[in-house]
Parts: sequence; C-alpha cells; structure tokens
Amino acid sequence: MKTRLSAILIFIGPALAIMTIFILIPIALSLLISVTDFNVYAIFDWRNASFIGFQNFVDLFLDSIFWKALFNTFYALGVAMPLTIIFSLLFALLLNRGATHFKSFFRLSLYLPSITNTVAIAVVWAWLLNPRYGLLNWFLGIFGIPGQNWLSDPKWAMPSIIALVVWKAIGPNMLLFLAGLQNIPDFLYEAAELDGANRWKQFLHVTLPSLRPQMLFVSVMLVIGYLQLFEEPYMLTKGGPLNSTISIVLYLYKQGFYQFNFGYASAVAVVLFGIILTLTAIQMRLRKYQE
Amino acid sequence: MKRKKIPLTEQLGVHTILFAAFLVMAIPFFWMVSTSFKNPDEIYIFPPRWIPHRPTLSNYIELFESVDFARPLLNTIIVAVVSTFLSVMLSAMAGYGFAKFRFRGKEKLFLMVLATLMVPGQMTLIPVYLILNSMNLLNTYAGLILPGVASAFGIFFMRQFIMSIPDELIDAAKIDGAKEFFIFLKIILPLSKPALATLTIFNFVGAWNSFLWPLIVATDEKMYTLPVAISVVQGQYGEKIALQMSGSFIVIIPIIIVFLFAQKYIIKGLSMTGMKF
Repeated sequence: MKTRLSAILIFIGPALAIMTIFILIPIALSLLISVTDFNVYAIFDWRNASFIGFQNFVDLFLDSIFWKALFNTFYALGVAMPLTIIFSLLFALLLNRGATHFKSFFRLSLYLPSITNTVAIAVVWAWLLNPRYGLLNWFLGIFGIPGQNWLSDPKWAMPSIIALVVWKAIGPNMLLFLAGLQNIPDFLYEAAELDGANRWKQFLHVTLPSLRPQMLFVSVMLVIGYLQLFEEPYMLTKGGPLNSTISIVLYLYKQGFYQFNFGYASAVAVVLFGIILTLTAIQMRLRKYQE
Repeated sequence: MKRKKIPLTEQLGVHTILFAAFLVMAIPFFWMVSTSFKNPDEIYIFPPRWIPHRPTLSNYIELFESVDFARPLLNTIIVAVVSTFLSVMLSAMAGYGFAKFRFRGKEKLFLMVLATLMVPGQMTLIPVYLILNSMNLLNTYAGLILPGVASAFGIFFMRQFIMSIPDELIDAAKIDGAKEFFIFLKIILPLSKPALATLTIFNFVGAWNSFLWPLIVATDEKMYTLPVAISVVQGQYGEKIALQMSGSFIVIIPIIIVFLFAQKYIIKGLSMTGMKF
C-alpha cells in the first residue's frame, strides 16, 4: 500500500525543504559564485557581480599564500593523522587488556578533550604554551631542555597546532577501535597461539586485519576532518607567523569575511571540495582493492 | 581460556603509560580552573603555582559585570536547546518516512540526502551567508539555528534505527485505523528512545561547540554565542589571562556535566556509527 502524499509531505517535507534552502541551493550557488568577481559591492546587489570564467582558479594557482595554505593543511593532515591513529589504537589496546585496572576512569579522561569546546580549550593551550609563564616551558626546564616560542616561531607553530588537534581527536577514535577489538572472537587468538605466533605476530595477523572496517572509517573521517582545519589555527595563531599555520579553510574565511572576496573565497571552497572528494574516493577504492 | 600470569613489569608499564596519558589530558583542564581563581599577581609567577594561595572570584565577577558574559551564555543556551530539539524532531520524522513509507523515488531521494554528507560545510558558508542576508536573518536566532537543523547524518541515523522496528506493529495499528501521525507519536517515538537520546546529545554538544557559523552569522555583540565571545575576549583582553580562563571554564563546564550524565549514549552512538560503515 502506498503512503498518502500528504503524509510524505508532512514527514519528509520540512527536512527536505530546509536542506534544499541551506545545503542544495548553496552548493549550486557556491559553484556559480566561484566563476564571478563577487565582492563587497555585490553583497547587497548581486547584479554588481559579473561572470569572469575560471579567472579565480587561475589566480588561485598563481597565489603563493594559497599554496602555502595547501601545504600547511597537508602537513597537518600528514602528521596528525598517523599520530591520531597510533595513539588511539595504542590506548584502545591497553584498555582492552583483561588485566588493566581503572578502565572506565582512563577511558573517560582520554575522551573528555574531544567533547570540550575547541575555541575555549585553545585559549587554555595558548596560556600553557606561553613562552615566559607557560607550564610547558617550565616543565621542559626541569629537564634542562630550553623552552621555545611555540606559537610565534614559524618552525614550532604548526607542530603546536597539531599537538592540540591530536590531543582532541584521540578519544572518539580510541572508542571506535575499542568497539572493534571487543568484536574479535577469542578463538582467533587461541588458534594463532597454537600455531606458535607470539603477541607481536598476533597483533599483525589477527588484530590489525580484524580492525580493517574501523581503520577505514577512522581514516576517512580524519582526512575529511583534518582537511577542514580551522578553529585551532584561528585561535592560536590567526594563521601566522609568516603564514606558517594558515590552512585552506582559514584562508577561505579570511578571503571571504575579512576582505569580502566572495568569488575568490568560493573558488577556494570548490578546490577544497574537490580535494576531499578525490581523497575519499581513493580511500574507498583502496578498501575494495584490499577485499 | 587459561589465565596466564602477567609479568609485573608489564602491568607497571601499561599503567604508567595510561597515567601519563591521563596527566596530559587532565592538566590543561586543571590549569584552566586553577588560573581562573588567581589574582593577577599570582599568574605571572615563575615557577608556576599549582593551587592559588589566595583564591578569588573576581575574574568571574568581572566576566559577568564588565564583559557581559551573561548575554552570550543565554544566546548559546537558546540556540543549542532550540536547534537540538528541531534537529532531532526533523531527523526522526524524515527518518521514519524514509524507513517505513512506501512511495516511488524514495531510494533516490534518500541517496540525495546522503550525498550531502560528502560536501564540506565550508562549501555552503558564503552562499548561506548571502541567503541569510537577503532574508534579513543575519544576527537573529533564526539565522543561527535554521541552517543547521536539517542534518543528513541525523536522518540516516534515525532511519537505520526505525528500520529495525517490526512492520507488524505498524500494520496492526493501521488495521485499527491509525494514521501516520498517530503511529509516529505512539509507536515510533517511544520505541526509538535510545536513538533519540543519542542524537539529542550529539546535536547538543555540536550546537554548543559550534564556532565558524556563529562567527559569520552573529557579528553583533548582542547575538554572540559563547565560543565567539571567548574568541573576542582573547583578542581584547590579551593580558588578562585569568579572565580568559574563567571564560573558558564557563564554556566548557556545561558540556562536561552533560557528558558525565549521558556517557553511555555517546559511547553507544559512536560505536553504532562505526559499525554500520
């Protein structure tokens, strides 16, 4: 029996209407704006924008700051993603041991950073990393290690941001791995043990292959998430020093809402979208290949 | 399985690593709270003092009296509560429709909803700003709330859950003459409580912590949300570290309280999303 049209409209209609206005139409608009010179004069009268073809994309290609933003974003992704996966998996393994005590306490403390507000905790991190009065330099000083100007040294600014990003990301990914670990049947380990496999071999040949679905999910989500890096550099460095921490989204935001170059900023958004789509597609393809 | 004896060194090593991780996770929170109760002269002491000798509430008082943190606090509560409620209701309704209704084109429509998950939010930032501007919704609650309430993830999540409710229950109600609305209220919603609770918490945490959207929609001080306000405080009161810490504490503490009460839903929800993939 088919459902009455009125019921369909009442139940699915509102969500679809809002999605159309605030997601579907904007996606189309975004593509459209990216091929115009839409700027501050066009905000109140869209007719002041005119079609300029792919000029924005050509300009982007020649824009050294944009390349810097691309580089920084991939630098953050390339360092933060493996670190997040290694730490999340390590803690999941430690918490999955039968003989580990205070499990729920450790699980809670590892998870807490991830739900706290990034903006607020970034303010705290800026204080921890303060070169003169910060806890970190004091702590390093105990061991005789010289402190650094963490956020104002171009060499250290990005690693500082990555530290905050990883610190926040461990919790939920650890929980995902933990759920995966608990689903691995005991007999697999028993069989491996009978075959004389030591614990390292068991980890390589039983644990890791069994975690493949979680690994894929985690890495896809991390790629998508880290490519959208924004709040941490916005709060800690505003993209500086010397653009050493400007990310793609931060550059988009600055072009869009400091300078109101909406056309140019939309081109940045389109490129970001293209990168995310491509990387996600590659990861999916790899997964099929593995199976 | 026989229990093997675990070497003491391994036990010691594992717990040391976990304790070190606990310290790394906890110290920023501890330091935030400690600093927020310090007088200015105790902040710039080296080596740092873990517990303030003369704790003071003056930073919190200043935060509400001269910075007027009450307004962003109120705004954030309104936006988070209303948008969570709307988002969960819309997700449950659409999820029910996609799970149980029978009509042509349903699968295609659902695929289209899912496809929006691939699009990063920044892609719609500028167009939505322009749309809100043309509707005169910048710096309004509606502008802060509406763009985020229809979530593909929420619809997907509710659909997956409602699909597991047996059709027989619904058919039996239909034979008794019940309409979709009645079925939704009396059968679907009560049976979906765990999923609704999980989604509510996820949405609330997300709405409370949201930053980039309020940053562009709320440019008028009166409409600031807490994260926007704290970022402004950091810019304007760069020297007043204790004031910044007390502000951060106020932004963070409600979510920690919500989390402590709702831990099991968050953990269950997370493992559900991971498994379905």
